[in-house]
Order: sequence, then C-alpha cells, then structure tokens
Amino acid sequence: MTILVVAEYEAGAVAPATLNTVAAAAKIGGDVHVLVAGQNVGGVAESAAKIAGVAKVLVADNAAYAHVLPENVAPLIVALVEQGGANGYSHVLAPATTNGKNILPRVAALLDVDQISEIISVESADTFKRPIYAGNAIATVQSSAAVKVITVRTTGFDAVAAEGGAAAVEAVGAAHNAGISTFVGEELAKSDRPELTAAKIVVSGGRGMGNGDNFKHLYSLADKLGAAVGASRAAVDAGFVPNDMQVGQTGKIVAPQLYIAVGISGAIQHLAGMKDSKVIVAINKDEEAPIFQVADYGLVADLFEAVPALQQAL
Amino acid sequence: MKVLVAIKRVVDYNVKVRVKADNSGVDLANVKMSMNPFCEIAVEEAVRLREKGVASEIVVVSVGPTTAQEQLRTALALGADRAILVEAADELNSLAVAKALKAVVDKEQPRLVILGKQAIDSDNNQTGQMLAALTGYAQGTFASKVEVAGDKLNVTREIDGGLQTVSLNLPAIVTTDLRLNEPRYASLPNIMKAKKKPLETVKPDDLGVSLASTNKTLKVEAPAARSAGIKVKSVAELVEKLKNEAKVI
Repeated sequence: MTILVVAEYEAGAVAPATLNTVAAAAKIGGDVHVLVAGQNVGGVAESAAKIAGVAKVLVADNAAYAHVLPENVAPLIVALVEQGGANGYSHVLAPATTNGKNILPRVAALLDVDQISEIISVESADTFKRPIYAGNAIATVQSSAAVKVITVRTTGFDAVAAEGGAAAVEAVGAAHNAGISTFVGEELAKSDRPELTAAKIVVSGGRGMGNGDNFKHLYSLADKLGAAVGASRAAVDAGFVPNDMQVGQTGKIVAPQLYIAVGISGAIQHLAGMKDSKVIVAINKDEEAPIFQVADYGLVADLFEAVPALQQAL
Repeated sequence: MKVLVAIKRVVDYNVKVRVKADNSGVDLANVKMSMNPFCEIAVEEAVRLREKGVASEIVVVSVGPTTAQEQLRTALALGADRAILVEAADELNSLAVAKALKAVVDKEQPRLVILGKQAIDSDNNQTGQMLAALTGYAQGTFASKVEVAGDKLNVTREIDGGLQTVSLNLPAIVTTDLRLNEPRYASLPNIMKAKKKPLETVKPDDLGVSLASTNKTLKVEAPAARSAGIKVKSVAELVEKLKNEAKVI
C-alpha cells in the first residue's frame, strides 16, 4: 500500500495539519508520499521531506497550482493516482481544512468513488470512524473503493514529528490548467497569536462578551497564556469578531490542552467544535448554561470581573 | 439566467438525535424534518439574484424520499418557480446524489447551480464539489458573497485564514456558507401559491444514473460522553486547580 497525502502549507512551510494527516496515514500503514502543489513551493517541499515517516515528496510547482485552485489541482491528483495503475496509490488523504474539503471531493468524483469525510480514527486499512450529526453520533464506515479518498479531522490524530525524516523530493507532472477559474485576492486575518487549530490553549468568547471591543479582555488574557482566541457562532453572527475565529460545527474544530469558554452558553453547534479539548473551563454568569455540563472547571461569575482577575492571578 | 438550487430534507437542526439501540443508525421515527439550513441559504441567494434581475428562472431539485416534496414546496413558497424530485431511497451517499444532479443539470442547462456546503445529518461536505467534477464546471465553495459579472462569477469564500475571492467561468457551482445571507420566512399567501406551482417527480432509472456507493456504514454509536466536572468558587481556586490538578498552565 502506498498513501498519498496532499500537503497543506502556509508561509513557505508545511502547516501543522499536514503532520496530523501523515499520522493518520501512518496508522493505515504502508509508504507515505506527500504531494506539495503550488507555485514557488520549493521550500515547502524541503520542509515536507523532513517530516518523520515520509518516504517521498512529490512537488508540482507551477503557476496553474497557485492558490491550489481545485479545478487545476484535482486533475493533477487524479493523474498521479491513475499513472500508478494497480500498483499505484491505495489511499489519498488530505486534512479537513477548507483547502482539503474543497479539493478532495472533486478528486473522489473524478475517480468515481465516494469520499470518507473527516475521519477521527483508523480501524483498518478500509474502515474508519467519523462524526455525523455534528458529533452527536459516530459512524463506522467501510470503503470498497480501489482508491480510498479521505479527509482527516486533524484533532483526531497526534501530529508526527516535523523533523527527522529525509525523504527524496521528486518533481512531477505537466501542469493541468482547466482555465475556468482564477484567483482574485484574499483578505487574511493577521495575528501574532498562535493559529486556532494548532494552539495548546484557546480562549473563546461568546455573545456574553457584549460587543467586539470587549474581546480586548480575552486578547490580553490570551497573550499572557500564549493562547489563540476563538469565538462562538453567536459572537461571529453578532458581528463582534470575524468569521475565521469561529469555533464550532461549521467553523473550526479545536482540541487544545486547555479551552477557556467565556460568556458562551454552549450550543450543540459550539460544543461540536471543542468538546475534545483535554481540559475545559467555563466562565459564565448563568449557572444553568449548558457549557457547564461539559466543563471540567466551571466558574459562575461576571466575566468582566473574572477575566481581568484571572489574568492578574496568572 | 436559469438557476438550479439543490436542497436536502434532514432532521431539524433543533432536534437532539438519538442513536438506535441496535447501532444501525440514528432514530428518525417521529422526528421533525426540515430543509437543511445551508440549503435554505442557497434558495434565498437564488431568490435575491432574481430580485436583482440576474436570475430569470429558479428550479429547485431534491434527491430523496417522497416526503422531500414538503421541503420542495417550502422552496417554492420562498420563491422558486418549479420543483423536481428525484425519488430515491432515504440514505444516499454524496456521489450518487451528485450523479443524479448531473443528469438534471444536463437536462435543465442552468448557468448557475447553488447548493448548501454540507448537510447537517451526514456532515459530508462533498456533493457540490462532486457535481462540479462531474459537470467539469468551476466551483465556488463556502461562499459568503456571490456576484455575477458578465460571463463570470465572483465568489468570496470563507477559508481557514480569512476570505478568498475567485473568478469563475459560468456555468458554475456555488456552495453556501452561513454568512452568505439570512433566509426569509415564507408568507402565508406564498405558501398557498406554492401549492399550485409545478412539481415533477422522476426516478433515478429515468435519468439513467446508478446510485451505487463504495461506502458502507457498518455501525453508528453514541459518542463518548463527557461528564461534568466541578464548580469552583473563585478565580484563585480556578488557577490553583489548573496549575496543580489539571497541570495545563
């Protein structure tokens, strides 16, 4: 068996999500190849070659793959699968990031197979567990496809080491340019804080924050803890903070060592995005709030007093 | 231009689902069913495109059980002109749905197809991308803004780090994210009018598509429950517990 992992990268190096995905591939077993598709991604390929347990890095460096447009990258992955024939890839994996979710179903349909989305565990080479109904049920799914196409929920797998490997790097393939889509621009949130899905500590605010300005209390607490800052859907919908901070079923899924929920009631939608955190702290003045049913430590208090006090006490 | 909107009948988002005792699935007996929330956003976007004079006709389609007619009628009440039900068994996988939708696209020839980004039951997030693959069209997934500009479509997408805008050739496929719009409620007169709008039922066989899947669900279980912890009385006690008991700071 040989497994192809589609790398997620940022700022010229592989993103942490790639390390979790390689870990899922290692659980399946067999050789692990990593595909780096993009433009000017030589540095990314070098960082991918160092990942522990990777046998080979395929690099497709071409203007057509800039911004990983699915119309161009999906045919590239399909070509890599098909050129191997019966001895080719048994599995194609990508992290369940917005890129992975965008590209992989397109690959699966082109290969005429069903995809298995957001696996959280590997039972065997063809059987996987995945959450359904916002995590209110866990399905065990078996695939009979010749090539199993899978997205990986990164919080389900401990990252492999980013260093220690020495894989060969090989340039692949002519460019596939469908010519039906172009990148126009992007507005990326700038922050000196850790990335939400990779942070060891996450501090999140909900509707109880009252307004966007009050999030400054969470930012200063987060900076003291070296934490990332998240928000509930209610806080995002109310316009307090931008959407990329949303933790929940339809936002980011996080599982840090410590999750501090401030002024968050604990809607099912939000719990689906954070209930796998190791330790959960809830600060809320409503002692009936459902968040207390999942919190390891609950503090019934006015957040505007408790959060500055917490910051002082640290 | 003609806009096709695909919708799915799912368990209402307010329902707390229960796993069946025999682990064969989720108990759907006597449970309230509704249109998938992301699909409501898709219908709303199509209606807004017509209000702007961009869309000329809105066709709504669902691939599902006979009872999905209820959700199609809801879409008609919200402003769709006619409906198509591809009548099939309850549990279809995404590729089968995408194949059925591809057959409908071939017949209807819409310039734009709008779908929800994921259904809140299976949480797959696949069908729109798969339909784009099968039709060869460009895809604008997780859309928070959609603008027709001549023969192109500008789509602003919600991505992990923020927002990304892409320009797609039409025809194209769009999947909706939460912040694309806020769906309206159907008015009583429109609900009455919707009963007279055309609703055509076809079988997958008539469309010549196979609904076979390479995925098989072996069992469905309840997730491991997380038990409630303790209430602390003060910030000082909280800090003490985090340092000495949980050892996370």
